[in-house]
Amino acid sequence: MSPTSRFRALRSPGAVELSAIPVVAVEEFRSGVLRAAKAGLRLCALFSRSVEGGTGLCAVLADDARGLLYILFSEPTKVLRSLTPELASAHLFEREIGESSGIEIEGHPWLKSVRKSPADKVVFFRESGAEVHEVAVGPIHAGIIEPGHFRFQCHGETVHHLEIQLGYQHRGVEALFCGGPDRRSVFVAESVSGDTAVGHTLAYCANLESLGGARASLRGEALRAASLELERLANHVGDLGAMSGDVGFLPAAAYFGRLRGEFLNLLMALSGNRYGRGLVRPGGAAFDLTSAMAEDFSARLARARTDMNAISGLLFESASVLGRFDETGVVSRQTARDLGFVGLAARASGLDLDVRRDHPHGLYRFRHIPVVKIDSGDVYARAMLRHLESLRSLDFLEELIADLPRGDACAACSAPRPGLLAVSLVEGWRGEICHVAETGDDGRFRSYRIVDPSFHNWPAVAMAMRGGEISDFPLCNKSFNLSYAGHDL
Amino acid sequence: MWKIIKTRFQQGYRTSAYPDGPSALPERFRGRPVVSSQPCAQGCSACADSCPTQAIAFAEDRRVRLDLGKCIFCTECITACPEGAISYSTDHRMAARSREDLILSGEEARLAHALDEKTRKLFGRSLKLREVCAGSCNGCEAELTALNNVVFDLSRFGIQFVASPRHADALVVTGPVTDHMRGALRAAYDAMPTPKLVIAVGACAVSGGPFAGSPQAHDGADSTVPVDLYIPGCPPHPLTILDGILRLLGRLEGGRERV
Repeated sequence: MSPTSRFRALRSPGAVELSAIPVVAVEEFRSGVLRAAKAGLRLCALFSRSVEGGTGLCAVLADDARGLLYILFSEPTKVLRSLTPELASAHLFEREIGESSGIEIEGHPWLKSVRKSPADKVVFFRESGAEVHEVAVGPIHAGIIEPGHFRFQCHGETVHHLEIQLGYQHRGVEALFCGGPDRRSVFVAESVSGDTAVGHTLAYCANLESLGGARASLRGEALRAASLELERLANHVGDLGAMSGDVGFLPAAAYFGRLRGEFLNLLMALSGNRYGRGLVRPGGAAFDLTSAMAEDFSARLARARTDMNAISGLLFESASVLGRFDETGVVSRQTARDLGFVGLAARASGLDLDVRRDHPHGLYRFRHIPVVKIDSGDVYARAMLRHLESLRSLDFLEELIADLPRGDACAACSAPRPGLLAVSLVEGWRGEICHVAETGDDGRFRSYRIVDPSFHNWPAVAMAMRGGEISDFPLCNKSFNLSYAGHDL
Repeated sequence: MWKIIKTRFQQGYRTSAYPDGPSALPERFRGRPVVSSQPCAQGCSACADSCPTQAIAFAEDRRVRLDLGKCIFCTECITACPEGAISYSTDHRMAARSREDLILSGEEARLAHALDEKTRKLFGRSLKLREVCAGSCNGCEAELTALNNVVFDLSRFGIQFVASPRHADALVVTGPVTDHMRGALRAAYDAMPTPKLVIAVGACAVSGGPFAGSPQAHDGADSTVPVDLYIPGCPPHPLTILDGILRLLGRLEGGRERV
């Protein structure tokens, strides 16, 4: 029997009738997920869903080699025997199920709140012994950043353990979708994570199109892909600047900081907003790129490439920078695979993952971006990967903008059909964004679940700090630059 | 070393001409909306019905009243209105001192007026800000961070972000104030020496924005701390934030910097 025989297969983005998804007893659900994971599938989402007679479970696994998603439901249950001891990448999902659904998670090694209780209400792992000390940071940090709590167990300067407790940004995002889509829904999608407005809105709109049986226009898909790459460029370049600042290399910090704005300004010229808000809409894109604008964009992108190469040259040839980047905050390939990291963090540890290639959506089905990976798993890898991915995105954009598909920017998108489950994956700049929507008999959202790449990747920050110096924390944290808002929802 | 100097020359001088020169915002930029001063047709409420944040209401004489504090600068009402009564200008200026001043109804916007003489003497040439994010999506933080880059160069105005509330003159709040951040926000405010100011940045901090009414959030900064300056936007453009702060300090009148 194939390891996925009990699952319902689906291509992202796509929708399937709820009645076509197998519902199995919870023990069989558990063993099915474990067997599929053992066969090399990756856990994208695992969450509870309220059904007639109680609360059941839903798992979404990805077969990246075949470009398929596999979905399985469980019957209502009160108890789930934890998958975590055998499948570590389930640990946060199970903690979320435990705090939000009332299902008891049995045998989870570290069951505690994910986002519903702030840090002063939870227990932290504590090391004891002579000269061991604890450092607590947050929720408010020194810089202009989001709130979160970090608890370090240290021996001198060496960090033995870091525990990250988030939830301060929890504003009830998923609940706001329920009963929708309504006039607010798309704007909530734009505000899941402000630096990934395009990525999350794309995942949301792809689901609406699947649910409505509609197709985005090709030109719309091209404009969406262009804005997704502009978003990636703005963030990658901004992060390179911030990492330069964290190691005290101020010329590159200043120049990258300015260059980031050039990409945001391109998004603003296109959509009227520096973060591309208002651009991605069901059916395509709400703003078109005129031919005069396309010429202007090409010239600006060419200038940006020259700047990118010059500034990166400064950064990566500076011995003092490399001294701080090299071998700092190492995450091994094994750890990245076991804990289910995605996107940039996974590729910097040598995993060959990219939704744009593995589960291509929209224009990525026709135009490809080569996947870059680096094996060293350190801060250097995450910095260099940003530089290389930026160059790939620039190649893609320059080609695309010079040759945009003709037609309308936006096609019609009808209302969602009832009784469906839709899943969409998008490679945001941090990594895999997964949205799962379920419609009821009235065609309204019964539930809307979001997995931001940060949800998978926060444990990477903790793993990167193990055995490192506590003074490296700001640099390590910045090298991932994960979203608190996207995690907390 | 030579390479650094060479790149420095290549990069040139990049600080924007603001506030003396043009703001150079593109045609599609959604700045302060312009609302018709004419009463609307009886019975039509297409704009209000389309608004995702319920920012639009009608006065007794059927004139549109648009609350900039709730507005998230989308295009729904503009598309919905059959008469073209609402449009966007590219004007970045829109910060105000009170919630009432954020309501647009035909006439000119009531932009923020300066602090009283005594407070202005204290803060006019040196203002230290402490930012607290209380449930924002990080969009507003991104624009606040952008204020520090060489283009906007906040420090040329004597304004800086500091690490501790103890060193701060003003608290910059973003986000709708989530349940979990309410205590920390209050603690940061209490830790600041008096006299102190509070600046609410972005639709969430002004009114809750797209999260208004969510059971986990509190519809803005003034649910928890007293606010002195409201800066609308989703997120506000860095120039909108800069304009608001400079107006508060009495350094922008008639579009010119003045101390």
